[in-house]
Parts: sequence; structure tokens; C-alpha cells
Amino acid sequence: MSRLVVASIGPASSVQDGGRTGAQRYGLTPSGAMDRLALAAANCLVGNELFAAVVEIGPFGASFTARDGAVRIAITGAPRNADIAGKPVASETSVTLKDGETLTLGFARGGAFTYLAIEGAIQGEPVFGSLAVNARAGLGSPYPRPLQAGDEFTVAAASGGPEQRIELPKPPDGPIRVLLGPQDDEFDDANRELFLSSDWKISATSDRMGYRLEGPVIKHLHGHNIVSDGTVNGSIQVPGNGAPIVLMMDRGTSGGYPKIATVISADLGSLAQTSAGTAFRFKAISMAEAQDEAKKFAQLLRSLPDRLRTADTVELNIEALHDANVAGHAVNAVDAATWQSPAEP
Amino acid sequence: MAATLPPPRLLPSGDSAVTVEFSRTIDDDANQRVLVLDRALTAAAIEGVTEAVPTYRSLLVHYDPGRIGFDALGEQLLALASRPQPPTAKARRWRIPVAYGGEHGIDLEDVAKALNTTPEDIVARHVAGDYRVAMIGFTPGWSYLSGLDESLHMSRRQNPRLLTPAGTISIGGIQAGIQCLAAPSGWHLLGRTPVRTYQLHRNPTFLTEPGDRVTFFAIDHKTFAEQDRAAEAGEIIAERVDA
Repeated sequence: MSRLVVASIGPASSVQDGGRTGAQRYGLTPSGAMDRLALAAANCLVGNELFAAVVEIGPFGASFTARDGAVRIAITGAPRNADIAGKPVASETSVTLKDGETLTLGFARGGAFTYLAIEGAIQGEPVFGSLAVNARAGLGSPYPRPLQAGDEFTVAAASGGPEQRIELPKPPDGPIRVLLGPQDDEFDDANRELFLSSDWKISATSDRMGYRLEGPVIKHLHGHNIVSDGTVNGSIQVPGNGAPIVLMMDRGTSGGYPKIATVISADLGSLAQTSAGTAFRFKAISMAEAQDEAKKFAQLLRSLPDRLRTADTVELNIEALHDANVAGHAVNAVDAATWQSPAEP
Repeated sequence: MAATLPPPRLLPSGDSAVTVEFSRTIDDDANQRVLVLDRALTAAAIEGVTEAVPTYRSLLVHYDPGRIGFDALGEQLLALASRPQPPTAKARRWRIPVAYGGEHGIDLEDVAKALNTTPEDIVARHVAGDYRVAMIGFTPGWSYLSGLDESLHMSRRQNPRLLTPAGTISIGGIQAGIQCLAAPSGWHLLGRTPVRTYQLHRNPTFLTEPGDRVTFFAIDHKTFAEQDRAAEAGEIIAERVDA
């Protein structure tokens, strides 16, 4: 067996997987990865089950060292500088750390969460079918808390097969799509319109429980107290101060503020990966469209194994990759030659 | 009775859940209908339904839109909700020990003062109550109870506390509660129970279910300390009385 040791890691980093369902009726929140597509892609690259447990790395840097043998990993999600002993490592590509080698990851550049999957997957004792950390409830395995330097994962030695890359669709850059409700009737037309037509930014005080939004004040029709009812991932509740909060994976299972709308499940990962301070808008769509998007997203996840390509036949364009990563955009190493500089600095 | 009741409202909660709302207010009859629909939904085992979350006034039904659509599910939920109510299932009753006042119930004296009576009288009224678990939410095991004596209804604290102890027994508005884990709270803290409504490696992990009946009885602080140790070791402590 090999070990992957956490050499350094910032806050808001924890073991996450597809989350736990079935116990929301007892107040147990689902938790799970903030970006399901990135979770599934990382696992797919190293041959794991798509929703197996991975390391979810928050916005700060981190480093990991292989011990007692080689460890194959893959990183997906928020782009950041990544290298092994100074040699750049591409996102969305598997790579094998030799015994003693260290993978060093910089700060997230755009987005918030990067996923590190380990071939063989992180092992632990599931509770309600999940290893996902829910620090408030003391749940999660092998560590029921955010990760710290010195934590380690015991894994099967790297299989030594060819490295893989994965071709993912371009992330959508349109508005975040929502379905109005369940309590949109607690707001008048003017305030619903204000919600849908304004630019919003995610506050830096956001976390895995909720993304706080900065923008205009949304006023309630009958005050901000409703009798608590159930919440879902993506519920947009409006508390007394009129600043909406999008409930995320560590949300309370019930809440007592009116919920003006709900982010569609296919767009929740995009919202999770929107950087604090970046302006975005919401767009209301119909139930039929939303359910169609949910089915397409499920189909995308199922198709991931078909999107794998062998990576070792491709000459990595290291220089372009390095420049691109420094500029703050994740690029697939093989696409680096065609990558163009964005208009913004 | 059910036949004369208005049908619930179906409120979309995103593309993978629907809220079946029976009332906008806290209402015992609405909560009963929620719990009846919850049981009926479990029995019906509708393809694509993944879990349901009962609350005071609504049932949140999670589903997989790849297996059942909003319209088809909504129709089935309305049909289930319109069925005559079966005889109420036998409710379990839990007798829960509480160490009132002092360090375990730091608001007991203030509540007594605000209601112009003695702490002993507040405890007597709280212990006399016959409660029902209306819902569990917020944090694991946090059991919201209906049935609080009207004379104990009082608005929540102006300044919620950022952290209140595990096992806190409190009142807020027209509700009473059993809190399992340490958590923020704006309710008035009357006491603490050694009973864990949620304990990870115990069977059962969750003690209370929506619909369970609950009564409280007073214990002294020395008994609390003993029972707290036993509960930590996995004992259930609460006494179960089946009606």
C-alpha cells in the first residue's frame, strides 16, 4: 500500500463525495462535493467510481507527498498552478507521483474548489452511504473535520497504466438558471424583477453552507418570517436584510426565510465555482426546461468514461501550459497551443 | 375528515424536489396531514422518489427528474393527500429527563420573571405538557415540539446566542424543543437533558421520529451528570412508553 500525505493545506478543504441522502428528515444535511461534474471527472480520470471520495481543496494552496510507493492522482475544478518538483501538471489529466514526490498546488485562480482524486479512492467508514465531511455533525471519514497537514490516505499502489486526459465541455458562461419558488409569492412583481434583472456578486463570507449575495435589497411582501420548511441544494432564501443567500451542500435541512427561487441542479456547480466579486445574473426558466437540463447533466456525467483519451501519446506544451496557468486559466495541456489570452488582465 | 380539507399546494423547489404545502402557519391539523402523507408516500414507494422531509406544515419530496417528472409526481402526491386518513398509527411516547435551571437552564429565572411567576411554576408547566415531535431539522436530532402550554408562549430572544449547549431543552414562540448538538439559538434555555436524540455509533442513530409523543420529567443536577456519562457511552436513557 502507498500513502498520500497532506504536506500542507489551507482552510475549507475536506474529504467529499456524492453526499449522503436519506436522513434529511432527521436534520442531517447531504453535504458532498460543491462541483459534482469536477468530482466525477477527477474520479473518472483515475478509474474510480464517479462519486467516490476525493479531496475538495478550498481557495488556498496545498501540497501532497507520495510515501511507500507511487500514487496516481488527477486534479479538476478551479484552475491553479500545479507542479511536481517544478514541472507543471495539467488539470483534467491523470499523473503519477513517484515515491517521495510532492504535488504542489497554488491558490485557486477563478473558482473556489479544486478536486484531487486518488486512484483506488479514499477509503473510510461510510455513514448513510457517504464519507463526506459534515464538521458540525461530526461526520466524515477518515477525518470528520477539515483536513490538516499531516493527515494521510492509504491507497493501493499506482497501477502504472497509461495516463488519461478527459475532454469536458466548455463551462457555461451565461446566467445562472433558476426556477422561481417555492415562496416567490412572498415577493411582489417589482422585487421578483429586481432579483432577475440585477447583477449579483458572491460575498467573500460565503462557505459550504451558503453563498451570500451582494446586490440590491430584495423586499418581502409580508415580512421575512415564514414557518420553517424544507430546503434543497440551491434554495435562494431572502433573510430580513434583503440580501439573498444561496443554500449550498452544508445547508440546514429546514429554514424559516422565504425562498424566492431555486438554482437548477445543472447550474449549481457553476455557481459554486463563481469567484467572490465576479458579477453574474440569474435567469428564470420553466420546469420543463429545468428538468430537461437535469437529464442532460445526468447524461453528461454518464458519458464521462467515453470522454477519456490516452494522454501519454501527446507532447505536452509545457511552456504554453505554464503561461496559461500563470494567467489564471485552467487549460488542458494538449489544448494549450490553441489557448488564447483573454481580454481581461 | 380528509375529504372536506382543501388540497395541498404543490410548490416547485427546483428541478428535483417539490414542497407539498398544507398550511402557511403552524397548525396541528396541517402537521397531522403532513405526517399521514409522509407515511402514505413511504408505503406507495413511487418510482423516482428519493426521500421526504416532513416539516410543521409541508412535506418536501425529493425525486430524480430522470425517473419521474414534476407533473406525474404532483398528480400522485395530490391523489395520496386526498385519501381518507387511516386510523392514527400508534404513537411512541418518550419520557425525557431534564435538569432544569442553574447552569443547565440559564434563562429559567428570566422566563419566570417575565411571566410573573416562580421558576418552580415554569418547570411544573413545562413538565405537565404533552408534546408531539412536529419535525426534525436545522441540525441532526433537533426535535421541534408542538403542544407547549399557552401560558409559556413568549417571543424569542432579541439577541440569539451564538452557541448553546448540547442537550438544551428550550422554548421559543409557541414551540418547545429538544436540541441535540451544540448550536446557535434564539430560544429560552430552561434546562438540559442527558438524552442524545442523535448519536452516531448507537442503534438507533436517531431516537425521535416526527409524530412521536414526548413528556418531560425533572431530575437533579447530580443525576444529570451520571446519566450524561451513561448516555455518552451509548445508553438511550429516555424511557419509551408505547401507547
